[in-house]
Formats: sequence, C-alpha cells, structure tokens
Amino acid sequence: MNKLVNWVDERLPIVDAWNKHLGKYYAPKNFNMWYFFGSLAMLVLVNQLITGIWLTMSYNPSAEGAFASVEYIMRDVEWGWLLRYLHSTGASAFFVVVYLHMFRGLMYGSYQKPRELIWIFGMLIYLVLMAEAFMGYLLPWGQMSYWGAQVIVNLFGAIPVIGDDLSLWIRGDYLISGITLNRFFALHVVALPIVLLGLVVLHILALHEVGSNNPDGIDIKKNKDENGVPKDGIPFHPYYTVHDLMGVGVFFFIFFIVVFFFPEMGGLFLEKPNFEPANALKTPDHIAPVWYFTPFYAMLRAVTVDLFGLDAKFWGVVVMGGAIAILFVLPWLDRSPVRSMRYKGWLSKIALVIFAVSFIVLGYLGIVPATAGRTTVAQILTTFYFLYFILMPFYTRMEKTKPVPERVTG
Amino acid sequence: MRKLIVGLFIAILPALGLAAGASVELDTMEPDHTNKESLQRGAALFTNYCMGCHSMEYARYKRVSEDLGIPQELYEENLIFTGAKIGELMKNSMNKDMAADWFGAPPPDLTLESRLRGEDWIYSYLRGFYKDDTRPLGVNNVVFDNVGMPHVMADLQGLCAVEPRIGEGASVDPLSGDVRNADICPEWETEGSMSPAEFNSAMYDLTNFMSYMGDPVKVERERLGMFALIFVAIFFIFAYLLNREYWKDVH
Repeated sequence: MNKLVNWVDERLPIVDAWNKHLGKYYAPKNFNMWYFFGSLAMLVLVNQLITGIWLTMSYNPSAEGAFASVEYIMRDVEWGWLLRYLHSTGASAFFVVVYLHMFRGLMYGSYQKPRELIWIFGMLIYLVLMAEAFMGYLLPWGQMSYWGAQVIVNLFGAIPVIGDDLSLWIRGDYLISGITLNRFFALHVVALPIVLLGLVVLHILALHEVGSNNPDGIDIKKNKDENGVPKDGIPFHPYYTVHDLMGVGVFFFIFFIVVFFFPEMGGLFLEKPNFEPANALKTPDHIAPVWYFTPFYAMLRAVTVDLFGLDAKFWGVVVMGGAIAILFVLPWLDRSPVRSMRYKGWLSKIALVIFAVSFIVLGYLGIVPATAGRTTVAQILTTFYFLYFILMPFYTRMEKTKPVPERVTG
Repeated sequence: MRKLIVGLFIAILPALGLAAGASVELDTMEPDHTNKESLQRGAALFTNYCMGCHSMEYARYKRVSEDLGIPQELYEENLIFTGAKIGELMKNSMNKDMAADWFGAPPPDLTLESRLRGEDWIYSYLRGFYKDDTRPLGVNNVVFDNVGMPHVMADLQGLCAVEPRIGEGASVDPLSGDVRNADICPEWETEGSMSPAEFNSAMYDLTNFMSYMGDPVKVERERLGMFALIFVAIFFIFAYLLNREYWKDVH
C-alpha cells in the first residue's frame, strides 16, 4: 500500500494535497454547530449529483413525455420513488443548509478581510444554485413547473427595450414549450453542475489558502507554536472529519423524516398543483415559487409604483436583483474592527436580528397570496432588508465594540 | 444568539397550512392504505363507476392487483373492461376530443387526483351532488360549482333535492352509538339503493382507493423509513463515541 502511494506521489502530489487540505489543514478548535453546514452542503451536493444521474436514466425531457416519465420513475422504476424523493427533498435541503451556512458567515464576519473571495465564490455558488433549482423545477412538467417558469422568464420582459427579445431568447419560443424544457434539461444536468462544482473547488481552495474563521473571529495564525502550528488549531482530519460525521447523522435523521414520511412537506417541497400535467391554456389560481425563492418573490411584488416612466414590474425586478447583488459587496460594507457578532456592539446585533426576521417573514409573504396589508408589510421589510446593508458602513463604525481576546474561547 | 437560532429554525418550517383556493368547508377523510378490504371495494367501485370516463394512465393493473391482494385471474375477469393485458397502463377508450364536446372538458386522469386536491376534497365532492335544473346535466355539486360531471352514482346515493350539508362532519353519539349527520341530505328527490351511512362508507372506500393510487408506495415507504431512521440513530451513537474519543485530548 505504502509503495503504491509512493509510486503515485512521485508522479502526482497526493500526499501534499492530503496534508494541505485535510491532514495538516489546521482549523480553529472552537467551531460550534453553525460550522456543520458547509460540509453538509457538500453532502447534499453529492446526493443531488448521484440521485440526479440515476433519475436522468429514466426521465424523458419532452413536453409529451416528461410528466408521465416522472410517474414512471415513481411507480415502475425499482427504487425510483426513493431516488426522486431524495432529489426533490435534497433540493430544499440544499437551500436550508446554504441559508444557514450564509447566516453563519454574517454572524461571525467570515466575509471580512482576508476572506472576501471566499464570500464572493460562495455568492456565485448561491446564484448558480438558484438557476439550477429553477431549471430543475421545470422538468417534472407539472402545472406549477410550467407557470412558475412562465412568471420568472416573463420577468426579463420587464427590462426596457431588450426585455421581450431577451425572454424570447431564454424560452426559445413564444411561450414555455418543449423547446424550453429541452434546453433547461441540458443546463440543469450538464452545464450548471459543471459550473457549480468548479465554484465549489474555488470556494474551498480560497478557504484553505487563508484558513477558516471561527466564532470568535480571531486570526489563529497569529499564535503559532515552535513548529509553526497555530496553538488554537487542530488538524481538520481526523478532528473535524469525525465531528462532521455526527452532523451527518443528525442531518440524515431530519432529512429521512421528510423523505420517508412527508416528501411533499405539506405542499412546500412539492407543490400540489404540480400533480397536474402542464397546461398552457389553464392558469392555476395562485402561482407561488418554491419556498426558497419566496423572500425575493415577495420583494418583487412589494414594488407597486411606476417610476421615471418605467413600469413597477421593472422596478420590482431591479429590487429583486439588487437584493442579491448587494450581498456581493458585503465584505466592503462592514467597517467594524472586529469580525464576530460576539464582540460587535448592540447596533450590529439588532441589525442582524431585524435582517433575519425580515428575510423569514418575506419568505412567508411570498408563499401566501398578496393582499393590500401584506404588500405594505412586504414593503417595510424590503426596506429593512436593504437598510441592513446600506447602513452597515455607519453602524459598524459608530458602535462600541468589545475587546477581542488573544486566544479562542471554548 | 438563542433568538437567532430559534428564528432560523422557524424559517425552515414556515406555515404548513398552504391550502390555497379551497373556500368550501370539507368533510375530513383519513385514508388507510393498510385496509386492503376497503381498497378492494374502492377498486371495484372505481372500475365500475369511474373508469368509463376517467383513466388512471400512470398506473398499471398488475401493481394494483398485487398491492391489493387481488388474484390476477380474478382481476382480469372482473376489473379490466378494455381488453388490456394486466401489465398495461390503466387507460380507457374514451376519445379525448369527443369527451370535450360531451362534457365541456375531457374527464381528467385521476391517478394523482388525491395528491392534487386531497382526500377530504374527493370524499366531499363524491357526496356533494344535488339536483339543479339550470345545469345541462340536471345536477350541480357543492364542492365543485358548475361541475361538468353527471351524478354517476345517483342509483346508489339517490339524488338530493337541495344542497347537501358537507363540512359538518358525521359524529357518533356516545350513548346510543348511532351515527349522527350521516344523512347529509335534508330532502331527497329520488332515493338510492344504499342508505346514507352505507353510501358514506362506500365513498370512503373509493376515496381510499384513489388515495392509494396517488401514492401507492406510501405503506412501504413509511415501513422502510422506520428502518432508515433506526439505522441513522445507531450510526449517530457510533459517530458520537468516535468523536468523543478523538476530542478528549483537545483542550
């Protein structure tokens, strides 16, 4: 075995890579439960790739056959129902762990210098993930697949001058059709997964270059022992591999409860109208995107005024796009001398709570039909969402921070 | 920090009651896919009363015969009217274009009806027909206003002269054991061959069968789910002990 490793290592630096990324990658020893979600995101990604490959073997990407082929998978393919539920539940689980992972970053300032690139790669992953999920949702070719895609693609039509041509170009047809389904299938199973995997590699390479942040936001590389090993660091393998194994256990327990007992999650993960085949002549009563898009959908609907001669719908799209775009510049908005929420002042703490609550409530408002009262609430919360970022350079500078300890605390 | 954690977990599980659109009160129906006798009676009713117009084209006869414990020969003789082989999909011979002319819209496929509308809706709808001379077929439905479907089971239920009371729910009197509110119709136009209680029970079976057809793997899925959870729980114990062993020298 050793000889084989040596033989390969003389030709490919596997020992070096192992040490750099696992065996001698020193991670802070004070990770808490928020640090499970990065490795869990990887786990879900692998789940999506494997179940996705097997689903592709029986799926038929045509307007005539897509819906029936999904039912064929559910009824006639051996273990097809399990593959499909693992994949559909996995899509929602992906967003659950990614949202928690991002929240961890916000809480402990993991986007701050020198981790700006990690954050930006992460945001790109989030963006590609949204495109991946959106295109995947068209594939079952149910009513909500169809009309959800119709609504989202039509959003591009709100852009002045080029809008209509742009949405026509995306659809490849004058309405969502088998042509759209075919191209979304190609993008969902080939193009976007390749981009996603590439970005994940970059995300991790960038992380391992500068090292992991921790709940105290302390730079552990400042305190090294005589061997050059950070005093507060422990090798990722075996310490965090066995640690993450526990996280995997807890995650699978919750995940399997959904997969085996509540695969529709009360209509949240699999929406009820999607059990009816797509019908271009019949619009559902209430079109709602899947839960992980609803905060942005609520922001879109919250914009109701025409401005500068442009339609409110266009400004809604601008707000929705801006809500995602503003996350990219976050590393340069935070002017605080400390990273972690533990040592930031009360202004930052309140701002983060208001931000998180706004995002969650917006998510709820995006699921339920809009009423005048709900639209007002959505407008207020959308404002809060943006104020969190826009005011960040000021409140992070103004507030009194607590002194950061030299070494990590428990 | 605690508040943030709680808040985020609320985000994972937002309001689960998402029933959009259904403005009518419905009777509740708890399906039981382990009750094979009920499913068999439901299959017989569906084949005799529904399949003339409604297909179940995503499912196969053979699967139904196996899951419900109906011997294949018996199934072929009594429950396949189209001459299809037992391994085929449960289609019917009605021409969709013609059906659209006759009823206004072609009768929808019902394989997934229970997952689209829910068992409560089906159970209420099946019992919700009443006489309405303003409608082309002479009947209307309290659950589905201006429905294009005739009251196929009028010979069993009878025809209610006024809107039946749906959503009030049947209850059992604790002293006498009598079922109250089983008779949802205050005034009958014509009487059916079944008593109101018998018809309710028959519609329970039919709804149960449709519920099974929408999700045929449910019983097996939940059985396997228990094993999967037990496995993960045991896995967690070992992962926990392994983690504790490694981490005991980290201070």
